[in-house]
Amino acid sequence: MSRTSVLALTLAALLPACTRENPRTAAAETATARADTTRTTQAANGAATSISIPGRDPEDGQWIRPAKDYASTRFSGLDQITTTNAASLKLAWSFSTGVLRGQEAAPLVVGSTMYVVTPYPNILYALDLTKPGAPAKWKYEPKPLAAAQGVACCDVVNRGAAYADGKIFYNTLDNQTVAVDANTGKEVWRTKLGDINNGETITMAPLVVKGKVLVGNSGGEMGVRGWLTALDAGTGAVAWRAYHTGPDSLVLIGPRFKPFYKSDQGTDLGVKTWPPDKWKQGGAGMWGWISYDPALDLIYYGTANPGPWNPELRPGDNKWSSTTFARDPDTGEAVWAYQVTPHDLHDYDGINESILLDLPWNGQQRHVLVRPERDGYVYVQDRATGEVLAADTFGIVNSTLGVDLKTGRPKVNPEKEPITGKVVREICPASPGTKDWQPSAFSPRTGFLYIPHQNLCMDVESVEANYIAGTPYVGMNVKMYAGPGGHRGEFDAWDPIARRKVWSIKENFPVWSGALVTAGDVAFYGTMDGWFKAVDARSGKPVWQFKVGSGIIGQPITYRGPDGKQYVAVLSGVGGWTGAIVAAGLDARDSSAALGMVNAMRDLPNATTKGGTLYVFALP
Amino acid sequence: MMTVITAMTARGVVMGAMVVVASVTTLLTTAGSPARGAPRVLRVCADPNNLPFSDSTGAGFENRLATLVAGEMRATVAYTWWAQRRGFVRNTLNAHECDVVMGVPTNFELTAVTRPYYRSSYVFVSRRDRRLGIRSLDDPALKHLTVGVQLVGDDYANTPPAHALARRGIVQNVRGYQVQGDYRLPSPPARIVDAVANGDVDIAVAWGPLAGYFASRERVPLDIVPVSPEMDPPALPFVFDISVGVRRADRPLRDTLNAILVRRRASIDSLLRAYGVPLVKTKELR
Repeated sequence: MSRTSVLALTLAALLPACTRENPRTAAAETATARADTTRTTQAANGAATSISIPGRDPEDGQWIRPAKDYASTRFSGLDQITTTNAASLKLAWSFSTGVLRGQEAAPLVVGSTMYVVTPYPNILYALDLTKPGAPAKWKYEPKPLAAAQGVACCDVVNRGAAYADGKIFYNTLDNQTVAVDANTGKEVWRTKLGDINNGETITMAPLVVKGKVLVGNSGGEMGVRGWLTALDAGTGAVAWRAYHTGPDSLVLIGPRFKPFYKSDQGTDLGVKTWPPDKWKQGGAGMWGWISYDPALDLIYYGTANPGPWNPELRPGDNKWSSTTFARDPDTGEAVWAYQVTPHDLHDYDGINESILLDLPWNGQQRHVLVRPERDGYVYVQDRATGEVLAADTFGIVNSTLGVDLKTGRPKVNPEKEPITGKVVREICPASPGTKDWQPSAFSPRTGFLYIPHQNLCMDVESVEANYIAGTPYVGMNVKMYAGPGGHRGEFDAWDPIARRKVWSIKENFPVWSGALVTAGDVAFYGTMDGWFKAVDARSGKPVWQFKVGSGIIGQPITYRGPDGKQYVAVLSGVGGWTGAIVAAGLDARDSSAALGMVNAMRDLPNATTKGGTLYVFALP
Repeated sequence: MMTVITAMTARGVVMGAMVVVASVTTLLTTAGSPARGAPRVLRVCADPNNLPFSDSTGAGFENRLATLVAGEMRATVAYTWWAQRRGFVRNTLNAHECDVVMGVPTNFELTAVTRPYYRSSYVFVSRRDRRLGIRSLDDPALKHLTVGVQLVGDDYANTPPAHALARRGIVQNVRGYQVQGDYRLPSPPARIVDAVANGDVDIAVAWGPLAGYFASRERVPLDIVPVSPEMDPPALPFVFDISVGVRRADRPLRDTLNAILVRRRASIDSLLRAYGVPLVKTKELR
């Protein structure tokens, strides 16, 4: 499909942005100019406006945080690899992490060193890119408690590290944030933020903003209380913590809080929208992505599902579960909040990435965040106010019947409400949503969002006995399966301005890897049966693929090596919620294992085996 | 949903039939003495902090049962300790860290099970001095009393009383306690019984074995009354059979255990009574 809007290059509009950033090298400057040569579009008033990425540093060939930039685009300005030459990509070198669990992390490249963090036991490796084969310089082992493995809900994954001020920051499964000297591999500090004894774990990748390391917890499945915590990057001391349920004083809601929609306005909604005291076990963790807009000086992130599961036990909106927050990074104060899914019925966490863009919208240039959400909608929101400008489905959705833009609330489909003792069939999307944690990428050159996601529906039926701490109870028997079309995954290009899918690649298994897109107009992703793929970012046409050792659920990155060449790297190693049947050796006969996921993934063990290897590719 | 009830009943019948077959087989192959290759060590996975079921000092009734069973097998007990939460079976029994889990529901899907060795019920727990006399979930008093129930976090599942009360619109006066509790404290699930004794809640609904055990250790007398109905229509059971769990493929061990559970029926009953387990009588367990 082609866009009807006029495409033109507006270099002039972008040059000030390039020059003020004082790029390191001429090469970087060129790359930046090319990279930020944004697609322009004809606005209603006839003035050409363009899509640009706020707060983006000039392209320097590095990859210092999982999403590459603060706007979470996963877009690289490197352009040596193009749709024309990508077909000749070859394996440059590989590295075994020694850990055979789900590898969800993005490798980092800082200067001439690559950093790789593994799933539990969360080893950090530093690889020397100046030497042939990139041998390890050192490894750091935080030695997390083994018991943490029993607490993690969905495999013992880690989504990566972040670099700032000479240190690598990341989280361990047993709730510690560590800072490691990027040169020596020596631990600088470690801070314990939660307790596995309460059911808490940490799997997310931190973001470092203005000298603060931002970290959230996992464990909604265990009835924990969710939070986001800021640590001083220099010392590891806790600067602030914002809880996601409870009174305003604990949620850090104060005089600056101005939510756009009426149902998000009021005092102590984190208490009042729950039955008495239930907020204390209300879930709403934060195990996904954080973005930052330096101009507005706000961070953006979403919270996870509420607990307990049975929605009848928690009448009310259950704030602030499944909510997007805008906060001041210095103080943690909430500036606005938007509850995406009030009173969640289906385990639709709201933790997905917020991609920050400045784009033309009905004749005006708007500062927005774009979020392909678990509930199956791509939300476009004004990031200063939280106003929802659009919410359009990007997959099969019947659990809701649209989002009311006047109230901001989804229209719940009562026919798909799971009730104990009632059989409800064909709820779409299934609990992992149309898209789970796997992050999208956005190219300012094509104007498209590249969304890796799944196509799963579910039946919720009958009961079975479960057993925890000596107490038997009944479970809903959840069975997930491929949605309409029979394929379980998709890799889509989405146009946020035209509000429609541009092209779509169907995959047999859920696409559980992250996406990457480059200034060479090549988009990369991986499949759970182990194919690493490059496609033309404009057309979706396949241009290259390589079969790696184990299924891919990691986040591909690209970087410029010390030799000046562009490389593409990805971790292979199946696992995660979808891949637990292989990584954790679950029983394929137990259809409701992994919360019903095993039913949908029964054939995965025939398609791939465990692994944990980094693959790095380059042109010959 | 009625098919579920039928299936559970049918399974009970099938289990009964298997017991007969198993006993005969065991007699034929072992003839009352340890069979060739019989394990000299009974490898048990258990929670180190989960009284009255098990703890690391061996003080739980499942510890005592393991000792009893091992004695019958002329074996000693070796423990692998793991908190009994989600992933317990995957990380212990199915990871071959051990061969038995001493207690699992008989209609559990993650393991093969022996014949049930006891049947218990969810119970109402209240202070005797309150004289509440509540026996049924339909007692109108539950609408205004403060009721404690255990919750299991977000696992597509909750305890039967949590569901049953919610269905009756009893939500605002319900207080939630986590089944897994705070594991840093001894006997984490006991908090709900403490809450009844110290007046935080008027009444609680909890699984019988834990309620019976902890109620007898409170400083005030507590009443334990089985919840009725036993099956809240259409398919919410308040009564569960409990078996020993083994790996699905481990039929010889299951058969050996079945024979022991039949042979030592009387001792097992006294053991359970000594721990205050409220037992529901059933023909299938005789």
